[in-house]
Amino acid sequence: MKFSLPLRFGISSIALVLLGLQLASCGGGSSPSNNMIPPATSGNNVQPVVVNSGPANNYANGIFTSVTVCVPSTSNCQTISDVLVDTGSYGLRLLSSAGGGALTLSLPQQTSTGNPVGECAGFVSGFTWGPIKTADITMSGEHAGNVPIQVVDPTFSTVPELCQAGGVPENDTLQTLGANGILGVGPFVQDCGNQCTLTGISNPNWYYSCAGSSCQVIPMPLAQQVQNPVPLFATDNNGVIVELPAVANPVSTLSGSLVFGIGTQSNNTLGGAAIFPIDSNGNFSTSYKGQTYPAFVDSGSNAYFFLDSNTTGIPTCPSNAGFYCPASTANLSVTTSSGSVSESINFSIADADTLFSKSTNAVFNMLGGPNSGTFDWGLPFFFGRNVYTAIESKSTPGGVGPYWAY
Amino acid sequence: MVFVAWVLLSNLPALAVLGGDASTLRDDQVHMNASLRSTEMPAYTIHELRTPAGMVVREFASSSGRIFAVSWNGPSPPDLRQLLGSHFEDFRKGAEAQRDRGPRGVFFVQHNGLTVQIGGHMRSYVGRAYLPDQVPPGVRADDLR
Repeated sequence: MKFSLPLRFGISSIALVLLGLQLASCGGGSSPSNNMIPPATSGNNVQPVVVNSGPANNYANGIFTSVTVCVPSTSNCQTISDVLVDTGSYGLRLLSSAGGGALTLSLPQQTSTGNPVGECAGFVSGFTWGPIKTADITMSGEHAGNVPIQVVDPTFSTVPELCQAGGVPENDTLQTLGANGILGVGPFVQDCGNQCTLTGISNPNWYYSCAGSSCQVIPMPLAQQVQNPVPLFATDNNGVIVELPAVANPVSTLSGSLVFGIGTQSNNTLGGAAIFPIDSNGNFSTSYKGQTYPAFVDSGSNAYFFLDSNTTGIPTCPSNAGFYCPASTANLSVTTSSGSVSESINFSIADADTLFSKSTNAVFNMLGGPNSGTFDWGLPFFFGRNVYTAIESKSTPGGVGPYWAY
Repeated sequence: MVFVAWVLLSNLPALAVLGGDASTLRDDQVHMNASLRSTEMPAYTIHELRTPAGMVVREFASSSGRIFAVSWNGPSPPDLRQLLGSHFEDFRKGAEAQRDRGPRGVFFVQHNGLTVQIGGHMRSYVGRAYLPDQVPPGVRADDLR
């Protein structure tokens, strides 16, 4: 086991690489990609997506789609709009009408020794709480049957103390979630994985059996955990592509596509995309000024979130402290890598307080903020760049997942 | 079983949490059923705890033994109530001030002399909490990983 924490004392230089000419070529926040082809618009594997302020009109850079859920093996269905498309999580979560969401369809409840099963799902911005139910899922021409999903419902049983110990808020209302649900189409199959199948102190306390208002942690078999629906499709089931056009300036809305499958049809070939295998935790690397940091690609993060003000030389905002506010547009150059594959990424950060000054805009290609020693390639990274997410253990023309390609 | 352990925790003496004293680190180790390894750096000592659930917690202690920062990474969110100790309520209060069009995918709180940055994604959670006034001179936020 290697343990190293590099010491870098002293005052950092103004850590901006000025590459003023980079901007003009691809309309703004990020450098041109070698796979910039227009988003696919037709095909039985193409699901429309839109970037806007969401159903609560409180989102910056939120990417949404519609999902149809049915009571399994029936035609009793409901289509839910404004569901966040999230490559940083796994599985479908729908906000109940009790939480102010759109879902009214009554779906079968998953049980454990006769009691309803609930889940406390960890998201960085806040946890979701509610029962595990089963649904048939349809998007574009793709179907997945009998899929465990989470119904986000603040009225379900009682939120366990263990769930609140993480300290982040409970995102169980339309206002706090900012969406009618979350569609997790990241590189893994289950939301928790093997850890949640264990008993005792090794179990991370996600799944509960709830008798009335009393919930107890239970081990959860993989097949009963909340599942990414994509690997359950009959076809086009090895991954997804998020395709969004480039934007030069803030706009109110941006249309694109969520394409299912990688190399399974003529509209989802890898083309010239570079392939970045990811580790068992879902990360690869990004280096900045000679330091290497863990990194990941996440359509559910609404900005470039990276490093800190001291390291980047970019101050945080007076009014939006979670975002950066450079005095003038900051142009950065970093390298993303996995094994022997690497690619230089140039991107730009603008003053978030100024970006937000026009209230009708919701799409921001130069939105950035600080993070915790990590590079989070959020939604602006996707603008003008087709981003492939290959699912674990699935074969593709670019090798077996999990990987990202762009 | 884990739930019972947590309930008992509230009756235990203060643990080696943010702002606390490194001399009680053994209590953390027992509570978290973790392995403990300490690494001396020029300006501070890193006490690294690894739990059976795959969580890695690093507590950064100054030369006087005061813990000025904690960092974590692991497959699930950590028990911040434990790690932040008496600063947990400051974190909760700062967390309430989240605004429309705010950050999604990270969590950033600055409140009452406390800075908390949480990031990562499902199956990989990272973060750090520190007391900027107590960070030894010359130590940068980027060192606190």
